[in-house]
Amino acid sequence: MLGEPTPARLRDRPWVARTAWTLAAGVPLAFLVVFFALPVVAMVGRGFVVDGAVDLTGFTEVFSRPRTWRVVGLTLLQATLATVLCVLLGVPGAHTLYRARAFRGRAALRAFVTVPFVLPTVVVGVAFRALLQPSGPLGFLGLDHTLTAIVAALVFFNYSVVVRSVGGLWERLDPRAVQAARALGASPLRAFFTVTLPALAPAVASAASLVFLFSATSFGTVLVLGGTRFGTVETEIWVQTTQYLNLRAAAVLSVTQLVVVAGVLAVVARTQASRERALPMIEPGRREPDAAGEPGSRVVTVAAATVTGAVVVAVAMPLVALVLRSLRVGDGWGLDHYVALAAPARGLGVSALEAAVTSVRVAVDATLIALLVGGLLALVLSRRPARPGARRALAGLDGLVMLPLGVSAVTVGFGLLLTMARPFGLDVDLRTSPLLLPVAQATVAVPLVVRTVLPVLRAIDPRQREAAATLGAGPGRVLATVDAPAGLRALGLAAGFAFAASLGEFGATSFLVRPNDPTLPVVVFRLIGRPGLDAAGQATAAAVLLAVLSAVAVAVFERLRSRTVGAQW
Amino acid sequence: MEQGAVSGSGPVSGLGVRSVSVRYGDQTAVDRVDLDVPRGRVLALLGPSGCGKSSLLRAVAGLEPLASGSITFDGVDLAGVATHRRGFGLLFQDGQLFAHRDVAGNVGYGVPRGQGRAARVAELLGLVGLPGFERREVATLSGGERQRVALARSLAPRPRLLLLDEPLSALDRSLRERLADDLRRVLLATGTTAVLVTHDQDEAFAVADEVAVMVSGSVPQVDTPERLWSAPATRQVAELLGYQAFVPADAPVARLLGGPGLGQLTLAPGALVLDPDGPLHGDVLRCVPRRGRLDVTVAVAEIGAVTVWARLGETVGQTVRLRVETAAVGRIRG
Repeated sequence: MLGEPTPARLRDRPWVARTAWTLAAGVPLAFLVVFFALPVVAMVGRGFVVDGAVDLTGFTEVFSRPRTWRVVGLTLLQATLATVLCVLLGVPGAHTLYRARAFRGRAALRAFVTVPFVLPTVVVGVAFRALLQPSGPLGFLGLDHTLTAIVAALVFFNYSVVVRSVGGLWERLDPRAVQAARALGASPLRAFFTVTLPALAPAVASAASLVFLFSATSFGTVLVLGGTRFGTVETEIWVQTTQYLNLRAAAVLSVTQLVVVAGVLAVVARTQASRERALPMIEPGRREPDAAGEPGSRVVTVAAATVTGAVVVAVAMPLVALVLRSLRVGDGWGLDHYVALAAPARGLGVSALEAAVTSVRVAVDATLIALLVGGLLALVLSRRPARPGARRALAGLDGLVMLPLGVSAVTVGFGLLLTMARPFGLDVDLRTSPLLLPVAQATVAVPLVVRTVLPVLRAIDPRQREAAATLGAGPGRVLATVDAPAGLRALGLAAGFAFAASLGEFGATSFLVRPNDPTLPVVVFRLIGRPGLDAAGQATAAAVLLAVLSAVAVAVFERLRSRTVGAQW
Repeated sequence: MEQGAVSGSGPVSGLGVRSVSVRYGDQTAVDRVDLDVPRGRVLALLGPSGCGKSSLLRAVAGLEPLASGSITFDGVDLAGVATHRRGFGLLFQDGQLFAHRDVAGNVGYGVPRGQGRAARVAELLGLVGLPGFERREVATLSGGERQRVALARSLAPRPRLLLLDEPLSALDRSLRERLADDLRRVLLATGTTAVLVTHDQDEAFAVADEVAVMVSGSVPQVDTPERLWSAPATRQVAELLGYQAFVPADAPVARLLGGPGLGQLTLAPGALVLDPDGPLHGDVLRCVPRRGRLDVTVAVAEIGAVTVWARLGETVGQTVRLRVETAAVGRIRG
């Protein structure tokens, strides 16, 4: 019952709602401006402003060097090869793991192929070194420090992006479209190319652009595997900043990367938009599509399963090699390297275990910040305001939020060092603040949170909110009873991704970490730089510890996923 | 839900729609519509798809902004009153049940927390014929059961006005007919004032006291079902109801159809009956078997093509004689 509405109570106060939404959009926006946009601008500004005047000679200078062209070319080559391979291997994987008839252990296999994606990039690098170095299991191939090794690592890392996003769509596609094509006389192959593939195309394109993005901006993996001969624009920015102290070159490269990334993001946005086009879908939770009922699908099923089986074995190899190497002590086996994790490493001042504690502490703070900022952003972006101005503002915000995914984390990290020395002219030095590192890692994790939560909120039929309102629920209760039940589960999953992302974050962290208080990825990286078998062994043991921490975090939150639909990672 | 304190002995009780327009961009979905639904009455808004009837319903609910006009309840203007404060229920075509709540959680959603809630939920579930369904998950319900739960949910807060947007259209035919009767019974039993949007005149006539016909954004006629049939206001209304042939009332043949007069006479299926001694004759154009009888389309001179019901097998091309059933002839005035 609604009580006696009095005229005063009847009238809504629109300014209350407007203030609340302005705050919900303003707080995260301010966060991104201060801790992401300003540092990037400051860093880029260093490159183009000389003595108070704009000076673009940096561009000509940097692009007249053959080294720059080599790095840009390598970046594009690596990313293209990795993307093509990921799609060629990922689509069969999506069929076997999501579309084909369910088999025992399918859920476990799905989780297993996702493991590389949540591994810190440094760990991926170390694992491939363990596999490919001359003394490793595949050392005889002579692939250590080659382009092949880097591309293989990038495919290893990104394979599940294609499998999950294509598989998620494929498993819900209504099989009757294919059955209709078959009934019209199409062969299984023709049905696949004329019906299934066009339906999957937006998901494939969107996954491919993400893989390209992740590969082109890859830092930790390439830094570990590339040695001196191979790199990406991202590692080159790091080299220019830390080794040659050439900020102009770094700034030029940052801008170059930004342009490439913005282009790819525009493609992603377009394919996302076409993906929201209605496809004939099976209602969630209604029934399993009977792919085995598609006539002639046996050959396809067997071929896809064979490819997927080979990929699963290949994915397992670096992981096994990593664990084996960490257990290898001299000519025998033992846990010595793990025991050594508790002792202060030579020259580092702290033990790997202490660094792990630091990592977890920082990651918890970063996750909380990322959830708050990303959760609010997803909520605001899920609205469909009536005013065209507000709509356009939201579309702009949508693109802005994705930028931290692609902007060089190295740039962000160094930019933060520049701007936080005297933020806004205030006489406080925030560079030593223990919060700076979590804040930097949170900016990297925010897009992950938004991309996990936003599709879930957008998938809610707006009439659900209308139904609640006609039953007397005010805006607050609508949020609590319609948006929250779906949004909170997605937020739980997002927490896992954010935690893993900040646990493994290396680009920005390498600048901002306090020297006496390093995080675990920094310790791993320093250890592999050390000469000696013991340091290498310890590095692998520390990498295993880091991998386990990440995997456990994601596994815990992954359990929340089962009832979440629409998340895209 | 007495509104006496607000309206006093106000001039109008119930819903008042005054010259309401709804626009999407430069497209006018609802064009200066006037309607009244007195307390306790059920009005059907009948029209083809895309005529603007759902937009009008959403405007009444406060879900679409008005381009012009006003909406009042018991004389109180609702401009600026948010949907959740209007005290209007809305039943969607597909129910829009909350999948993460069970049946009781759905039905009780709009009822204030307290001792009365469980009883109210049980009462409503009994009323819609689903006693004991409280703990059922929404996903386990059939289409008809879902719509019954949705009806119970929208009635539970005792809305002062219930808006029904094609509530039965998603159901199959036999279920639809049964539920239409149930809907009428439940609305009467609860004394609910209601507006039913539908494109199905059988549904409109089965549930409503009065029917407002809506064609491309405006409402040319509001009447009881009987009056609507005997005297459709315009040719568009007549066509929507299924009238097939139109004859000027001063035409020579009009004498056979019920006498000369003003306006037009119009013939529904069944207005002409096969009769070997009938005064009219026509040629059989088409024969379609339907529910055990034959729908025969006959072209009659000066009248046009009209459907005639037959039991025997008439054949195409044959000439038949016909008489007029004047009760099935409507008159469009003006």
